[in-house]
Amino acid sequence: MLVAATSVAGAAATAGAAVPFVWSMWPSERARAAGAPVEVDVSRLAPGELLVVEWRGKPVWIIRRSKEMLDSLKAVTPRLTDPESRASVQPEYARNEARSLKPEFMVMEGVCTHLGCSPQLKPADAKAEMGADWLGGFYCPCHGSKFDYAGRVFKGAPAPLNLPVPPHTYLSDAVLLIGEDRKKGA
Amino acid sequence: MASRLAALRDWFDARMPSVAEEWRKHAAEYYAPKNFNFWYYFGSLALLVLVIQIVSGIFLTMNYKPDANLAFGSVEYIMRDVPGGWIIRYVHSTGASAFFVIVYLHMFRALLYGSHREPRELVWIFGVLIYLTLMAEAFFGYLLPWGQMSYWGAQVIVNLFSTIPFIGPDLALWIRGDYVVSDATLNRFFALHVIAIPLVLLGLVAVHILALHDVGSNNPDGIEIKKKKDPQTGKPLDGIPFHPYYTVKDIVGAIVFLAIFCAVVFFVPEMGGYFLEHNNFIPADPLKTPPHIAPVWYFTPYYSILRAVPPMFNSQFPGVLAMGLAVLVLFFLPWLDRSPVKSIRYRGWLYKGWLAAFVVSFLMLGYLGTEPTTVWGQFGFDAFFLDTKDVATWAARFFTVVYFLFFLLMPWYTARDKTKPVPERVTM
Amino acid sequence: MKRLVLALLCAPLAAWSAAVGYRLDRAPIDPNDLVSLQAGAQLFVNYCLNCHGAQYMRYNRLTALGLTEAQIRDNLIFTGDKVGDTMRVAMTPKDGKAWFGVAPPDLSLVGRSRGADWLYTYLRTFYRDPKSATGWNNAVFPNVAMPHALWLLQGERALEIAPVKDLAGHETVEYRWRELSPGALSPSQYDAAVRDLVNFLMYVAEPEARTRRTVGIVVLFVLGVLFVLAYALKKEYWKDVK
Repeated sequence: MLVAATSVAGAAATAGAAVPFVWSMWPSERARAAGAPVEVDVSRLAPGELLVVEWRGKPVWIIRRSKEMLDSLKAVTPRLTDPESRASVQPEYARNEARSLKPEFMVMEGVCTHLGCSPQLKPADAKAEMGADWLGGFYCPCHGSKFDYAGRVFKGAPAPLNLPVPPHTYLSDAVLLIGEDRKKGA
Repeated sequence: MASRLAALRDWFDARMPSVAEEWRKHAAEYYAPKNFNFWYYFGSLALLVLVIQIVSGIFLTMNYKPDANLAFGSVEYIMRDVPGGWIIRYVHSTGASAFFVIVYLHMFRALLYGSHREPRELVWIFGVLIYLTLMAEAFFGYLLPWGQMSYWGAQVIVNLFSTIPFIGPDLALWIRGDYVVSDATLNRFFALHVIAIPLVLLGLVAVHILALHDVGSNNPDGIEIKKKKDPQTGKPLDGIPFHPYYTVKDIVGAIVFLAIFCAVVFFVPEMGGYFLEHNNFIPADPLKTPPHIAPVWYFTPYYSILRAVPPMFNSQFPGVLAMGLAVLVLFFLPWLDRSPVKSIRYRGWLYKGWLAAFVVSFLMLGYLGTEPTTVWGQFGFDAFFLDTKDVATWAARFFTVVYFLFFLLMPWYTARDKTKPVPERVTM
Repeated sequence: MKRLVLALLCAPLAAWSAAVGYRLDRAPIDPNDLVSLQAGAQLFVNYCLNCHGAQYMRYNRLTALGLTEAQIRDNLIFTGDKVGDTMRVAMTPKDGKAWFGVAPPDLSLVGRSRGADWLYTYLRTFYRDPKSATGWNNAVFPNVAMPHALWLLQGERALEIAPVKDLAGHETVEYRWRELSPGALSPSQYDAAVRDLVNFLMYVAEPEARTRRTVGIVVLFVLGVLFVLAYALKKEYWKDVK
């Protein structure tokens, strides 16, 4: 009886001793604190041009979408997995067709929701490679997921969800702030 | 002089007799079957490569820096500025691939001659554990050069864990120690690669050998030499002492292996991009994935299985599960095989056919895993069941099914197989 | 089902005919040709090092190409660098990004990441493209950010990519080159210059490659001797095993 009690208590204590080691492998305070918001000047961005900025170690894409690009969003809707972004990750103000604050600017985390690769921009003229019905968007080189110009994933791709939209806001017409939104009474 | 040495030995023996005893038990009086063939070199060669990896690894850590800003440069420093550093680095990178070549051949030997069967189930299980540990060791080590393939390979593999329902995302975060693969990840992978996993590996290798020496070695005839002993000496009639017979034989094998190994190290260290991938000579860039990423060749059979399984219920987890099961099924092999004989020499065509199909599938999955899924083009026709038209994906699916059927149908076809009579004594 | 099997059988053939992109030329480099390597070093410091560094390559390693330290200092170093320094570039990555859209990559290892054939073809397939920001484009690397740094040597060319059908009737493209203005070198001289440059880049990617092969021959010889001895020893021990 005493042997059993000592064994149980000893096993519990051993498990307890493992706690600090397992615990130490969580992200450190420094890692948690990193990721200050990033300011980006978008005034000089040409239509269709992709700008990649780093936020929290991840690529964030900014595109000034042309009229054709915005029109393509409507055309591809029936071929999407989650066209209304019900299950996908984005701030409430970006749960719309263009998935952004201003339809003109796409702001998107360039990290595939499948296994974390960074997809590549494939404009509409990449039809030879992407298929005749391609209207432009992004292609993940790792496992072939395709996304439209709002980061919405096409059906038949391994990626389950649309690309995440980071919190963002506009400090002025020219300056975009990524990583923070103006929810708190601005 | 000789008598002095003998006196020293006696002095030592009187104080620590266990050393001589262990030597007798595991070498001088360990009786191994006399009919070992080519396939029996790979056990000792695996041990040799383990030593090579530990020694070269120790010397690499003297100059390597596990820091995201310095790691890539420190590897080039080893390659260019450290005297002879390039030899040590190439030995280590070639050794990683050589380890898997040898372990795969060593495991294939078991499938040939039934070395996993009773009474050697524990030897096999420890062996599979070594294989799993080796995979972990290789995965952690591959991040260290901090090239593009290191970075994105780690990113993809850590994200595999995040597909596990419920705990996945937190588990991936815990493994990385950051929200993306970063300096924290590199630092801990370094710790795991240079000390934690090697310790586990050494322990497992020790129990693998102990378990083997308790039951004795199998042989190409798959019969137990302990059943026929010399009535006078009590030693197996078909056994010979491991030392000196197999020590001298294995030395020959080791030299041949080293010649091939050194030919790779000194003449083709990149092995056409299979041992050192071209994109890994580009420093890690968290903002840009290379156009084509593939794991190193020894993981590609499983990577193919992962890619072959389509996502279900909005999740890639089924693929991850299939990949995990492809490795875990190995643990059950001793109980899946119901044949009355062990060696392929006395088995019928059913087992030979299935084994051949399995080997072809494994190699094809391995090849397809190194290539993009578009490598064989697309089907020219459309059909409702074609979720992808990539021919290679369908081929990978076919080979994945064969891979699993080899194991799942094994109880059936091994029991049904026509076997030949097994001889009483080993044949040379 | 039959169709699927048939398709699987034909698949390798299909892949063979469906090669895409510009076909790479084989780079006729020779790592033992010191004259070519020296010429390549000269081209590299004159044309590449302004924007691209080779931050892992030390100038004094070039003595392996048959140059003295004084020659290296006088002919190859234009900045204030010492011969023991690495081949760094004055331009900061930030400036590079501002000027070219992307920071010019370090070239220490470009030979190993791209390969000689790719470099050799790439450096010979620039063409004038009014649509691009720099006025230049490349057949191997479409929409490349780098302008043609060697254009004074090669001259200017235009490229027309025309869709055609090959003998088997497959859709493919044909590359039609047209000279706009000649350069300082004839086409064959230019090819030879690029060969020297690529030869040098491959050397920079792995300066120890020649040593590696020499040491390898010695090592294999020693192992050969060891093998003969060990094999005889094994035969001796095993002669009584029946």
